[in-house]
Amino acid sequence: MEIDPFIFRLSIFILSIFIGYYVVWSVTPSLHTPLMSVTNAISSVIIVGAIIAALAGESGNVFDTANIFGYLAIILAAINIFGGFLVTQRMLAMYKKKKDKK
Amino acid sequence: MISSNLLAVFYLISGVLFILALRGLSSPETSRRGNLFGIIGMAIAIGVTIISVGNFSTGFLYLLVLMLIGGSIGSLIAFKIPMTAMPELVAGFHSLVGLAAVFVAISAFLNPEVFNLGSPGNIKIASLIEMSLGAAIGAITFTGSIIAFLKLRGIMSGSPITFFGQHYLNLFLGLSLIGLIFYLCKTQVDTWFWIIIAISFLVGILLIIPIGGADMPVVISMLNSYSGWAAAGIGFTLENTALIITGALVGSSGAILSYIMCKGMNRSFFNVILGGWGVTDQKSSSSSSKEQKPVKNGNADDAAFLMKNASSVIIVPGYGMAVAQAQHALREMVDVLKKNGVKVSYAIHPVAGRMPGHMNVLLAEANVPYDEVFELEEINNDFASCDVAYVIGANDVTNPVAKSDPESPIYGMPILDVEKSKSVLFVKRSLSPGYAGIDNDLFYRDNTLMLFADAKKMTEEIIKNL
Repeated sequence: MEIDPFIFRLSIFILSIFIGYYVVWSVTPSLHTPLMSVTNAISSVIIVGAIIAALAGESGNVFDTANIFGYLAIILAAINIFGGFLVTQRMLAMYKKKKDKK
Repeated sequence: MISSNLLAVFYLISGVLFILALRGLSSPETSRRGNLFGIIGMAIAIGVTIISVGNFSTGFLYLLVLMLIGGSIGSLIAFKIPMTAMPELVAGFHSLVGLAAVFVAISAFLNPEVFNLGSPGNIKIASLIEMSLGAAIGAITFTGSIIAFLKLRGIMSGSPITFFGQHYLNLFLGLSLIGLIFYLCKTQVDTWFWIIIAISFLVGILLIIPIGGADMPVVISMLNSYSGWAAAGIGFTLENTALIITGALVGSSGAILSYIMCKGMNRSFFNVILGGWGVTDQKSSSSSSKEQKPVKNGNADDAAFLMKNASSVIIVPGYGMAVAQAQHALREMVDVLKKNGVKVSYAIHPVAGRMPGHMNVLLAEANVPYDEVFELEEINNDFASCDVAYVIGANDVTNPVAKSDPESPIYGMPILDVEKSKSVLFVKRSLSPGYAGIDNDLFYRDNTLMLFADAKKMTEEIIKNL
């Protein structure tokens, strides 16, 4: 019998939860704030859905309602992607070891 | 353009890079490379999606312009935001992910052909369930984060808002959401879809208003988790592995953080979410006779004398330090102390501040080396051998009542054993109890010196006297 592709996606999902579980427990508590900002940035990968929604509609009809929601989502996700990664970078750049060790 | 198999492989690569991005955060040294992995993963995902759609007409131009606008706004915020405002920023960003998820779900619902989900009015049942769940969780994340943002920003009062039958109303709305999704699948009538989103917006607000300011670390982590589940829901709809992997990662990450925060307060997740403390406060704080007890009131001179003659000092920062922006002054004070041969370390309670790791970021901003900053378990035994504990803007996390009084609402919460050090310096604006509304016994002990002032001003005064 053929297996529904949904089952494969579900497997990926469940296994990713486990990966997330173990990876996040290994994150040092002092980096929990950067962890939140970077997870925030990567969850904006939802922009791929927005891009498809905005561009894949019938050509010539750019301002179809569905497309407009796509475009709006692109702006929101873009704010998050740039803001999230840059603010994480800014925070991480501040974590330094004792100077005399260098 | 690009075969869908190849596309799936690229999405998988993005997903793996995102895992590596989180993995990098296991130590500050590898964290910056981790962030780079994240950026590359994102660039790949966006790049291959644009190529796969293969529409380089006017729509593509709009896409570039919009990404440029969003990107500039994001970058501007990222560079301008002060580190003390990080909790608000993260809450704000969560709301954007939530709303983006809602918008993507709406366009998938309106134009399902584009995503191979069927046609309007005849969408695949599985897809319909997935997109309704994505939209509902996204909507809850959006309004919930907005409320969290307003509370953290101080625009809305941090005190819990409760009313009669609140939990029943939430339960009813939650159940009706399930019913509506079922109905939507059966009838495919779009009105139900809009009602689902509207109710979810409402649930987001109702869920967060009863939670008090001090519980914000849990709320922020929880909303972080929700934004992940919303992304995963959309990922299933769009059959996109990158989104599914990311959603699962973010979802479990937020859930773990919520768990750590709850453990830091010794409260169950449901206790926090249902808004516990606000109600019980009234009893303990209304007994005003307690405030008559004598306290030893000190000034900067006394504090400087004590610390200069100490051989080791442990600093306990809390939310008050963030409010007063005292981290830079604190670092200067520590520098002077170190020059005098005093051993100084920092002790951080898991729930200090308004979000996980809040204090660590502020200390890092003030150039405090991260190997001088310790977590509760690492440092708690050192208080017994330390001469001075300098508590700056923290209160509840040092309250010994958590160990001694089973009646107390914070009983069982792990605390920093500040009481064991030879002397304790409390920098506080007044004797007022902390967010938990509980009087702190430590204030009235013989070896405690209260320094009533703004955290920053007092620290600066001490530097002058050293």
